[in-house]
Amino acid sequence: MTTAKAKSLYPPALLAHAKDARHEGPLTDATHSARCSNPLCGDRVHLHLRLIDGRIDALRFEARGCAIAKASAALLAEWAPGHSPDEAMQQGERLEQALAGELTEFEGFEVLAGVRDFPTRVGCATLAWQTLKACLEAGPT
Amino acid sequence: MALAQRFDLQQVRSDFPGLHVEVHGQPLAYLDNASTTQKPKAVLEAVRALYETQCANIHRGVHSLSAAATQSFEAVRTQVAAFLGASEAAEVVFTSGTTEAINLVASSYGRRALSAGDRVLVSEMEHHSNLVPWQLLCAEVGAHIDKLPLMLDGTLDLSQLDRLLTDRTRIIALSHASNALGTVNPVAEICARARAANVVSVVDGAQAAAHLPVDVQALGCDFYALSAHKIYGPTGVGVLWGQADLLRDMPPYKGGGEMINSVSFEESTWAEPPQRFEAGTPNIAGVVGLGAALKYLEQIDSADVLQHEMHLLARATEGLSALPGVQVIGAPPQKVPVLSFIVQGAHPHDVGTLLDLEGVAVRTGHHCAEPVMQRYGVPATVRASFGLYNTLQDVQRLISAVQSAQGVLT
Repeated sequence: MTTAKAKSLYPPALLAHAKDARHEGPLTDATHSARCSNPLCGDRVHLHLRLIDGRIDALRFEARGCAIAKASAALLAEWAPGHSPDEAMQQGERLEQALAGELTEFEGFEVLAGVRDFPTRVGCATLAWQTLKACLEAGPT
Repeated sequence: MALAQRFDLQQVRSDFPGLHVEVHGQPLAYLDNASTTQKPKAVLEAVRALYETQCANIHRGVHSLSAAATQSFEAVRTQVAAFLGASEAAEVVFTSGTTEAINLVASSYGRRALSAGDRVLVSEMEHHSNLVPWQLLCAEVGAHIDKLPLMLDGTLDLSQLDRLLTDRTRIIALSHASNALGTVNPVAEICARARAANVVSVVDGAQAAAHLPVDVQALGCDFYALSAHKIYGPTGVGVLWGQADLLRDMPPYKGGGEMINSVSFEESTWAEPPQRFEAGTPNIAGVVGLGAALKYLEQIDSADVLQHEMHLLARATEGLSALPGVQVIGAPPQKVPVLSFIVQGAHPHDVGTLLDLEGVAVRTGHHCAEPVMQRYGVPATVRASFGLYNTLQDVQRLISAVQSAQGVLT
């Protein structure tokens, strides 16, 4: 039972995303950039994105944190290109609602579904999305 | 191997109801004692009895209940003075915890003692609560903070001490034992060298008081702070011990009732210590609970407890060090039973969650000691810390849970 719970929080796909470094590092010609941290645990995300004609063209990040925070950031970096800031903000809100158990659909982010049962870890899964929000709200750098 | 303890461990465990809960369907192995300890029934009963039979405010009523509550409260001051080897009970100030005790010294003593250009020496292994109050004070008065460096073995670099005790240094802040590494510092030696340089010492005893005998006079410190909840007492209560002559010259820290001698609308005069620093109604029940905790600890030989805890620490250190990919942080010669480690390829939070699923409660994170983490180049660690009621079985469960976590995460 314990093992099943452990596997539901850390499915192999989540661990693979956490180790996926393809989207990590600085971004040339970034238009937006922001850092956020979780003071409770010290996790940090520094996010860079390039906005062209009202669409996110590319998104990269530097993260210091747990597997959940890093996997969530990698998933965001994969998802973001082609979406508008509004779409990104709405997706972030829907993901937060799903993690809080208010929505049942994870819309492509199912790999994070296990986090829903671990309230102390929800902040890890939303850190990258909060950094994205901070990026967009702060405006171009 | 037989347990090394010479007290009745099963009896002690039955005294602590908080140990007997289940976590994720598993019996609890509580290894987060450096954060807070479980409370014995004697403490819970003392708090309850205070509210049930002596619920009155202290120091200000002529009625019997108030007198009884005052007597219970003040008796604990005498108990604490004895516990710390203080020369008089008036040197014991009750606070909300170690953090408030240190802030009290920084605000009251520090503001008066420091001028622009003066220096405060702070060890690199401090908890934020013995660093940030000094940062705030120094920023306010234009003073500087110097760092007494931490070496990679987990000890302080005392070869730097005399150089850092400059003629502008007024205060040295250091912990008796490190919350992140467990290091026991040679406080008596450091305080003696500080005193020879006319530097006042402020010792954070939060991690030491549950494990080591504390004798403030033998340590030769000027201030000593501790928290009740880390020595099996209630949360929300702490102690500041200060040298009587220093306390006497210090201005109040907070204004309010209880701390005054007389008040007119224009001005007030201050009560003598310790009341001068205890404005407002204190945590009366909490202080009484602290008294019950000290009484509980007195029943057990503290040397036997320490020997038992060090046995657990040694087994845990051996067992974890033997796991490939696990690295124990720091190896100082003398420790309290605190063990920080990292697991290669796994973040401490992920390890901590998986340990929790096995019923093993540890702390993960930077332990409010970010400079220590920076010194070792790690963002966080997993920390297991032991108390008098822990068992070898707890240690074995920790080791096998770390092994299982490695299986899931790496």
